[in-house]
Amino acid sequence: MTDTPRPVLHAKGISKFFPGTVALDNVDLTLHAGEIHALLGENGAGKSTLIKCLTGVYRRDGGEILLDGTSVDPKSTHHSQMLGIGTVYQEVNLLPNLTVAENLYLGRQPMRGPFVDRRKMNADAAVSLRGFGINVDPTQPLFSYSVAIQQVVAIARAVEMSGKVLILDEPTASLDHDEVQLLFGVIRRLKTRGLAVVFITHFLDQVFDICDSATVLRNGQVVGRRDLAETTRNDVISLMLGRQLAARVRAPAPAVGGRTLLQIESLQKTGMLDPFTLDLHEGEVVGLAGLLGSGRTETANLIFGAVKADQGRLRLRGQDIQVRNPRDAVAHGFALCPEDRKTEGIVGDLSVRDNIVLALQARQGWMRPVPRKKIDAIAQHYVRTLDIRLANLDMPIRLLSGGNQQKALLARWLATDPDVLILDEPTRGIDIGAHAEIIALIGRLQQDGMALLVASSEMEELVAYANRVVVLRDRRQVGELVGEDVTADNIVRAIAADPVSAAVA
Amino acid sequence: MMGRALLRRIAPQLVILAIVLALNLMVFPDFLKVELQHGRLFGNLIDVLNRGAPTALLCLGMTLVIATRGIDLSVGAVMAIAGATAASLVVDGHHFLTAVAGALAVGAICGIWNGILVAVLRIQPIVATLVLMVAGRGIAQLITGGTILTFLDPGLIHLGAGTIFGVPTPIVIWLALGTFVAIFVRRTALGMLIEAIGINEASSRLAGINSKVLLVCVYIVSGLGAAIAGIIVAADIQGADANNAGLWLELDAILAVVIGGNSLLGGRFSIVASLLGAMIIQSVNSLILLSGLPPEFNLIIKALLILAILVIQSPKVSHLLYILRASAPQSARKPLPPLKEGQR
Repeated sequence: MTDTPRPVLHAKGISKFFPGTVALDNVDLTLHAGEIHALLGENGAGKSTLIKCLTGVYRRDGGEILLDGTSVDPKSTHHSQMLGIGTVYQEVNLLPNLTVAENLYLGRQPMRGPFVDRRKMNADAAVSLRGFGINVDPTQPLFSYSVAIQQVVAIARAVEMSGKVLILDEPTASLDHDEVQLLFGVIRRLKTRGLAVVFITHFLDQVFDICDSATVLRNGQVVGRRDLAETTRNDVISLMLGRQLAARVRAPAPAVGGRTLLQIESLQKTGMLDPFTLDLHEGEVVGLAGLLGSGRTETANLIFGAVKADQGRLRLRGQDIQVRNPRDAVAHGFALCPEDRKTEGIVGDLSVRDNIVLALQARQGWMRPVPRKKIDAIAQHYVRTLDIRLANLDMPIRLLSGGNQQKALLARWLATDPDVLILDEPTRGIDIGAHAEIIALIGRLQQDGMALLVASSEMEELVAYANRVVVLRDRRQVGELVGEDVTADNIVRAIAADPVSAAVA
Repeated sequence: MMGRALLRRIAPQLVILAIVLALNLMVFPDFLKVELQHGRLFGNLIDVLNRGAPTALLCLGMTLVIATRGIDLSVGAVMAIAGATAASLVVDGHHFLTAVAGALAVGAICGIWNGILVAVLRIQPIVATLVLMVAGRGIAQLITGGTILTFLDPGLIHLGAGTIFGVPTPIVIWLALGTFVAIFVRRTALGMLIEAIGINEASSRLAGINSKVLLVCVYIVSGLGAAIAGIIVAADIQGADANNAGLWLELDAILAVVIGGNSLLGGRFSIVASLLGAMIIQSVNSLILLSGLPPEFNLIIKALLILAILVIQSPKVSHLLYILRASAPQSARKPLPPLKEGQR
């Protein structure tokens, strides 16, 4: 397309299907030598699936991977390493109790006869690591060094074994500022050596600091590729969160005269959420917007008591209430559909029927079982009204598709007839049809007078159903948009605004 | 409909039990003969039911504990403590019902101890219950004063060696309690909530289930079952033996649960299948005794038989059987594959 040299890695039309969802839909990724390329997208956008397809963890269902112009088909991580694609993950997967040198050369130790040539190994390790700009004693166990150094050792190992493409999957997630700079120094050295680096992170600052270009994924599709020198943060954020829907559905006005239902006052937990204050009215949908890690999920969990707050007050209809755990929350008429459906939502091996009745039964206590007839009636009612597709109610819920699992979880909570329904990413990882149905359901529940708090990374969705949107950044409430002001542009602006101007909002 | 689901669930255990009983019949033709002598039923079959009582009682609680993804290694030691408590109370001149109540209370306390370690302090169940497994025999020795504490109280002895309408008391006790627990957990929501915790505790907690209380409860049930088993064993030999009462029986109980097709990873469970598992183990014991092989072969043969049973039930083999059945000539079959696969 241009006069740039042939890319080192060119993935064309990569597709990957999981039961019920399309994880990757015809994704392209191009990497040139000496380029640091950011792979961006919210959780579930397909970043890690793409990486896993490139490194042979998953078999791709479609597409082609060209490495130096030849088609390759990595069958395992080991195979992809041999081909030249190395990966370093967020949690360093080295052996902390072995020495630095042993970690560096594990499985390919220099030998003298049948024995490991320790002296040569240590000397080589010292030279190699000095090449990365760090000076450590390779005979010391790995755990005696900081996570940043361990990251560098992991990178060194990956580079020495592969040497064409290096994939860094959130390498900076657990590093402090100085350590990040150390790591960036190493990455810049690699760039001058001519490696192609893929850098995955949620910190946009770091992306603009070190990366040359970026590919943005959303819902398994590439929504854009940018040269970062010619791009603004707003542009990248709107790509990530999406605002391409031309015909925007406006949220219906809140039910008139909605009384104040829940008052949240200075709810906070150190390290998770700065004081959060919000009044929630009957017949109102309040959206929680923000990038990943901004505190959306944390807010939902603190209100529901899934995580215990350090401080803060909840008042329900003017009465002070204590919510120490989810059981208290359920007793007060709260409901939470968590973000991570598989590990925090469904009880996989139990039948769909049992999953739907679970919260109602938990609230009643085990001594007062919900009668079988009533269970069947409830389950059938929601299967019909929410259009849950299943073979029969006795099948384990894990066999349902993502969208149908989500609907069954909604049914679980609707069966308890909640006053406050908290939805954390209600449409993540589900098919388009179920997506639209869940959005319609949110509207219906609002009209029925329920108060809803919806955390979502999909801006167009929030615009479609939210009467108000609270914007979070860095675990802090940084703004609130009401009524006509709820637009994708305004949300992006509030998220991207620098802290000083945001303080005014 | 419930009945058919249960039958399908316990079919493998029934088949295995039938095979082991048939083997018994082969080596000892009079195996199934049951006769009434002096108002008491006699026969090898009765013997299997009677001798299997402690394991059956232990596996009631063990099934529930394992369903929550836990395990209770302390039940054998709790048997010793409960037996010692009951014996020392009757020796001190208390009524035997007081002794039974005391032993049950001690069993419940042991259960609460285990439950708190697991549910509140979040210690791994295998480690948490190991504490009482080791310490329990010491506690029992302290109660008995290091000797085998013998007693002659007829009321207490009756619980282990007596009969009710000709049926040995232990059989009546385990059948009654087994039926009660099996029905109770399904008539209340207890069974489903326990399964939910075992399959996914995080989801269960977020659904508002009080997992701590339920976890403590299952360990209490386990402690109570162990206490009753301990009383029966002590009553049977008319003495409390702190060192040998219930020795290694926790392993038989776990084995019974596993033979009952319940996954050690928690989740779906069947009390009836576990009880059948306990009877299968006792039938294997009987088979070895009746076959007249030198006693030094006993443990080896038992291990081989158990291994065979577990191999038959292993996921690989059951998948193979499933394939065989599926490739067999077409017959009336359900559209969905059997859900059993998921329970493993």
